[in-house]
Amino acid sequence: MTRHPLFWPVAALVGLIVLNAVVNPSFLEVRIQNGALYGGVVDILRNGAPTLLIAVGMTLVIATRGIDLSVGAVAAIAGAIACSWIAAGGDAPTAMLLALAVCVLLGLWNGFLVSVVGIQPIIATLVLMTAGRGGAMLVTEGQIITVDDPVYRQIGAGFVVLPIAILISLGVLLAVAALTRGTALGMLVESVGTNPRASRLAGVRSRRIVWTVYVFAGLCAGVAGLMISSNVNAADANNAGLWIEMDAILAVVIGGTSLAGGRYSLTGTLVGALVIQTLTTTVYSIGVPPDAILVFKAVVVIAVCLLQSPRTSELFRPRRRAEPADTRAQEVAAP
Amino acid sequence: MNVLDVRRVKDRVDRIPRRFLPVIATFLVFVLTFGTGSVRYEGFASPQVMTNLFVDNAFLIVLAVGMTFVILTGGIDLSVGAVAALSTMIAAATLEAGWPPLAAALAVLASGTALGLLMGLVIHFFDVQPFIVTLAGMFLARGLCFLISVESVSITDPVFRELATGTISLGEGVTLTYSVLIALAVVLVAVYVLHLTRFGRTVYAVGGSESSARLMGLPTGRVRVGVYAVSGFCSALGGLLFSLYMLSGYGLHGVGMELDVIAAVVIGGTLLSGGVGYVAGSVAGVLVLGTVQTIISFEGTLSSWWTKIVIGVLLLVFIIFQRMMMRRPG
Repeated sequence: MTRHPLFWPVAALVGLIVLNAVVNPSFLEVRIQNGALYGGVVDILRNGAPTLLIAVGMTLVIATRGIDLSVGAVAAIAGAIACSWIAAGGDAPTAMLLALAVCVLLGLWNGFLVSVVGIQPIIATLVLMTAGRGGAMLVTEGQIITVDDPVYRQIGAGFVVLPIAILISLGVLLAVAALTRGTALGMLVESVGTNPRASRLAGVRSRRIVWTVYVFAGLCAGVAGLMISSNVNAADANNAGLWIEMDAILAVVIGGTSLAGGRYSLTGTLVGALVIQTLTTTVYSIGVPPDAILVFKAVVVIAVCLLQSPRTSELFRPRRRAEPADTRAQEVAAP
Repeated sequence: MNVLDVRRVKDRVDRIPRRFLPVIATFLVFVLTFGTGSVRYEGFASPQVMTNLFVDNAFLIVLAVGMTFVILTGGIDLSVGAVAALSTMIAAATLEAGWPPLAAALAVLASGTALGLLMGLVIHFFDVQPFIVTLAGMFLARGLCFLISVESVSITDPVFRELATGTISLGEGVTLTYSVLIALAVVLVAVYVLHLTRFGRTVYAVGGSESSARLMGLPTGRVRVGVYAVSGFCSALGGLLFSLYMLSGYGLHGVGMELDVIAAVVIGGTLLSGGVGYVAGSVAGVLVLGTVQTIISFEGTLSSWWTKIVIGVLLLVFIIFQRMMMRRPG
């Protein structure tokens, strides 16, 4: 059982939840108030929604052997544009559409650099990561823009039984799972990640696929940016979505998707994002001093990565090596 | 200029090995940006502004040297900014506890190197991607800073203050700090190690093709671990210089510094895929970033976030330039 790629991440998640429940018995309670659910678990879902959404976009990018470092900056830009538009007297739906349109353009730009110009993804997206926050500062003119718009507030803080933000993230996750695993698209994405040249020669339109995943990652980052800024009713160009790209990449990796590309697990990403968010919540609730959060996070990340490493399983089972073909078959079947 | 002259110039350009072109281009950009500054602003083209580039960026030069080692092997180290911050914190805390300055400095260098070594070991022996390991290293180092102290700790030690404020006169009122000498020494040592030692040749070999290097019998494992230790050491030393520059230890020092360092190395012509690049290029990259910052501070009306945008654009221009160079192999 420990050979299943998701065994350790799920174990970590269960462990964290049990820890929370022991320290704080009311953690697992869910109460209904005004037709909406509240409670510790719901909070984790709500706060984890932006990370999950970005991680879904990131999963596809990583599956093509890429990486998108610019998502945090793109999220900041989305919040900045939407809040500036609303603050200038515009209505919320137009503001959100405008912000998302810009994010699609930024995704197109990343995808163009990677798929057409052929720049390494980490560098191509580093450009926007560095310049993007500067761009967001330009939009907000260096100020923190606060807004008070009931419609805009919904996307980050609204409830329809469950928080709207997590419904959006889960919806996107399911749609992507259906689209990529229900059709051949997922396999094509993986083939591009395994060997871009070979798949192009085999007739896969690898350039278009790579380009699309970056646009999708940009769009996800944009929606996540709207969630973040709507949740606090403000756009903070400096701090909105800071380090969220790192959290998202960690979520994807903890979920068992290799940074080397070629295969991905959306279920894994969901588990990974939940682990990351539960970890943050746990740190607060079990009373680890807030100063130690980062140390705690580092230790858990390293532990999960080491436990997942094929080398570690070799250490524990010297005579029988883990067969990559086997785990692969399970993963394809999983989501 | 007649045809013969043109041909002679072309001959001379052709004689420059192609591999030096990115570094030369970076130096040209440095000269161009500095020239632009000199033309636009009065008092820009003074020797002191020039030396201040080194004074203000000494720590960045040291960090970039360490990062060059790692990137040459095809890896990446995201932890440098955090390790530098941890170094300022350890220096400040140990000095406050009454350690002699030399012991404090040694403690900083030892802890930075140990952290780097640890990350290298995990990367090599557990086969986890450098990106993830050094990212966790970044979290760990920043977290340790806040465990030591949440507040900024100022450094009052007389020796540190003396080193920080002491200047070396180059004549005509132009002064350098000791940090610059240390940074330049690090650059020289790095050039020696990379080009004249077995370790250095293996770094390039591993970056070019790790499996070939291994088949040639080179100690690839030792080098893969070693470069992270080198980077850890450089981060710690850079952090020490930074603590001289700021005269305080603080967990939020150098947030995002790793991006500046990676940008400097890439602008300096080092390929992230490994095997290609020079320390001199990274130094030029740091100088370009420094000049951009100086220009923006001379301009006065431009906000600091323009620095980020300009760095992003420069990064873009350079990677496209490198891309074109690779498309037309000589």
